[in-house]
Amino acid sequence: MNFIPPDFAPAYAEIFMLVMVCVVMLADLVAGEKRRYVPYLLTQAALLGCALITFVTFSTETSYTFSGMYVDDSMADILKLMVYGTVSAVLIYSHSYVTDRGMLSGEYFSLILFATLGMMVMISASHFLTLYIGLELLSLSLYALVALRRDSLMATEAAMKFFVLGALASGFLLYGMSMVYGATGSLHVATVSEVIQSGVSSHEVLVVGLVFIVAGISFKLSAAPFHMWAPDVYQGAPTAITLFIGSAPKLAAFAFVMRLLVEGMGEMVADWQGMLVILAVMSMAVGNIAAIAQTNIKRMLAYSTISHMGFLILGFISADWNGYSSALFYVIAYVLMTLGTFAMVMLLCRSGFEAENISDFKGLNKRNSWYAFIGLLLMLSLAGIPPLIGFYAKLAVLQAVVNAGFIWLAVVAVLFSLIGAFYYLRIIKFMYFDEPETNEPIESRFDVKMLLSANGLAVLALGIFPQALMGLSLYAIQNSM
Amino acid sequence: MLFGFPLLSLIIWLPIMVGVAVFATGGDRNAQLARWIAFVGSILGFLVAIPLYTGFDSTASAMQFVEHRAWIERFNINYHLGVDGISMPLILLNCFITPLVVIAGWKVIQERVSQYMGAFLVMSGIVNGVFSSLDAILFYVFWEASLIPMFLIIGIWGGPNRVYAAIKFFLYTLLGSLLMLVAFIYLYQTSGGSFSIEDYHQLPIAFTPQILIFIAFLLAFAVKVPMWPVHTWLPDAHVEAPTGGSVLLAAILLKLGGYGFLRFSMPITPDASEYLAGMMIALSLIAVVYIGLIALMQVDMKKLIAYSSVAHMGFVTLGFFLFNAYGVEGAMVQMISHGFISAAMFLCVGILYDRLHSRQIADYGGVVNKMPVFAAFFMLFAMANAGLPGTSGFVGEFMVIMGAVKVNFWYAFLAATTLIFGAAYTLWMYKRVIFGEVASPAVEALEDISRREFALLAILAIAVLWIGVYPYPITEVMHTTVDNLLIHVSQSKL
Repeated sequence: MNFIPPDFAPAYAEIFMLVMVCVVMLADLVAGEKRRYVPYLLTQAALLGCALITFVTFSTETSYTFSGMYVDDSMADILKLMVYGTVSAVLIYSHSYVTDRGMLSGEYFSLILFATLGMMVMISASHFLTLYIGLELLSLSLYALVALRRDSLMATEAAMKFFVLGALASGFLLYGMSMVYGATGSLHVATVSEVIQSGVSSHEVLVVGLVFIVAGISFKLSAAPFHMWAPDVYQGAPTAITLFIGSAPKLAAFAFVMRLLVEGMGEMVADWQGMLVILAVMSMAVGNIAAIAQTNIKRMLAYSTISHMGFLILGFISADWNGYSSALFYVIAYVLMTLGTFAMVMLLCRSGFEAENISDFKGLNKRNSWYAFIGLLLMLSLAGIPPLIGFYAKLAVLQAVVNAGFIWLAVVAVLFSLIGAFYYLRIIKFMYFDEPETNEPIESRFDVKMLLSANGLAVLALGIFPQALMGLSLYAIQNSM
Repeated sequence: MLFGFPLLSLIIWLPIMVGVAVFATGGDRNAQLARWIAFVGSILGFLVAIPLYTGFDSTASAMQFVEHRAWIERFNINYHLGVDGISMPLILLNCFITPLVVIAGWKVIQERVSQYMGAFLVMSGIVNGVFSSLDAILFYVFWEASLIPMFLIIGIWGGPNRVYAAIKFFLYTLLGSLLMLVAFIYLYQTSGGSFSIEDYHQLPIAFTPQILIFIAFLLAFAVKVPMWPVHTWLPDAHVEAPTGGSVLLAAILLKLGGYGFLRFSMPITPDASEYLAGMMIALSLIAVVYIGLIALMQVDMKKLIAYSSVAHMGFVTLGFFLFNAYGVEGAMVQMISHGFISAAMFLCVGILYDRLHSRQIADYGGVVNKMPVFAAFFMLFAMANAGLPGTSGFVGEFMVIMGAVKVNFWYAFLAATTLIFGAAYTLWMYKRVIFGEVASPAVEALEDISRREFALLAILAIAVLWIGVYPYPITEVMHTTVDNLLIHVSQSKL
């Protein structure tokens, strides 16, 4: 019997990442307490190496491997490159925070890399089980990361909540997938799509499966009404981990929706479109209205995330390349803004002091006008005010929604974004209009300073010249469909 | 004409770049440097705008100084600029007001000077962008971006209730403009993928969508003008804003709304404009009469001028929806003239406020004894505000009333009451503040205006008198464009 080895080429980056995770764990053991920079640099090197591999092996062709369970297309490559960049930025931003709080251990790095590997698998999966494995790898790493501060009651509670609810959502998802398997006899994304198209499978069973899958997806996206975990976890987790949870996994979640709903069950668009409309409207409503009442900055940003996920879902509703590429643009813009915003929050933390309340932003303009300016750009961008990238993200999805004939949905969306503008303005108010409560200077490492400045200016520069990123998102979608 | 030279880009980006340079001077140690850079930059901004007037062909109805470059190909959004007889005078007005605003803040602003001066310059460039954009998204970007500097100006350097006023200003304006954005996106779909405003002018639209688009535009522009009943943000914003902010708000930002009606509502939805003209005229007349009466009751000078702005802007919207040349041109003259007069009025109040730190009319009295030169200037501007013949305030109002008579006598009658109410609230305030016995020891200690303040008021006085006596240079450039617009509006797009 001949064993034909599969083509490993499309998964080189993942294999390299897996090797590097082991290297980082071992290196941490050898390096010990004194030389924590060794695993840190190795982690960055792992991300850089993956980026190089993905970049060099980039091709416009779509290739499948592992009996069609794994796919490497343009969308996957572009999303993976974004993920590496985001994770690398997360590591730079959180370095001092994590060091000050004694979380800088080998587990921290390896868990982050495992989570990254999970995202890579999710992005490249073309089989329901591969998708599920990637998702679980990501989620389990995240649960552990949230609980990394064992002495913090809040963090432990958040991790428990996250874990229990996450497991429930995974259960939903698996149940939905089993229904789909029952109806179509396959778990391959492409085969499922073909069978649904041929119309031989039972529509009722498929719809039941679809409902469970959409519920599972909404949980992972933190879209209302499956959003309840987000505020608690965002608030309870150490800010560095919140930054991680809030940024890169959204890119993977985008791929997740694309693979499951669009590529797998694209034929059932009439069924899931209505569900997404409800999810989008509820997310925008709950996110924007509940955010107003928050005094905790991380909780507020959690609700802000929920509302942004509502906008992201709007992009899927139109169910064409125009909408998907708008959604991709939205998620990239969102990740860029979230990175900067949480970096600002961590900037205000000092050793022994957690910036938790919105009022900690008070008088930032007087303490450091440059950081206040960056904060201004980020907040206005989140609110969707031109000429910042957040505006074009909203413009793109609204355009897709109107194109699909849902003008009322566009009107609802802009009205909720008006409500949303209020709480972003409130932060600007604290930064610019109020007197500082403390005059302690804001200290930051050089690399954080540079990265945060670049991050803030990118929000502005990509707002003035958005074509490049829009073109890239369009290319990624059109080349993969 | 300077063909090929990107004059409009220069007019937009020069002030913005200078503004960034002013920001870069940093903290208050370099305050004097920041002031001088801002001053020189604003003067340069005005100088580069002059070729716009001298090179303007007033016989042509097409857009001039056109620039067209691809910007966001993904959605066919272009960097498309151009001016006609409607936008050109407004750009000049804006470039003219900016140096005045910089000078007005010279001494008063002692905190975070670079941010203050920079914000005004950036604002000036953004507003030029609004007036010269011929692409709907480019227009929208400039339109919304103009909120940011103003929000900060009110919020940082404003009065005690500044936070409330700043947020109210921002959210009110945002509410209006978001629906306009949806209207643009709808037009993008129906026009087959174009954001060009000139394409929209030619686009046939059915009646119901026209009404809805008109209402979406109306919300955006009515808030900005502001028309009754969405004017309530204006008195708050004016009262709390620093003098420079009030001047900019009244002289320039309110004109954005008026401009929007001429550039968007009327040409894009002519049938809806005709259909709803009665409502628009009614709202305008309510603004003129009712707000005039409210102004009479004010005890705060800035509030009084703010309400008088609403009343005067009522004339502008009234003139537009009369659909005749007198009305539209009169409204345009009124916009320019109101730019000068309201700027001057707010500067006068600012001069008093800098000395006494009160805006209450009751705290003043007998100012003429101590500040005779100031009293003379204030008199001129108060008369202009009341619409005295020979000042610019008269020309626009008279033209609009003439236009109104042609349509309906009673419109003209109600509009003309402003000549009484305007005189009543302005002159009564003037009397209480300036004449009479010296009211208090604080007034006794007042000093007359400095040379800097004299120069400011003198420049505005010349402008007000010039337009009052010889408005031809303004009406001449807009004549062809307005005629063309009226022809366009009279044709149904159904």
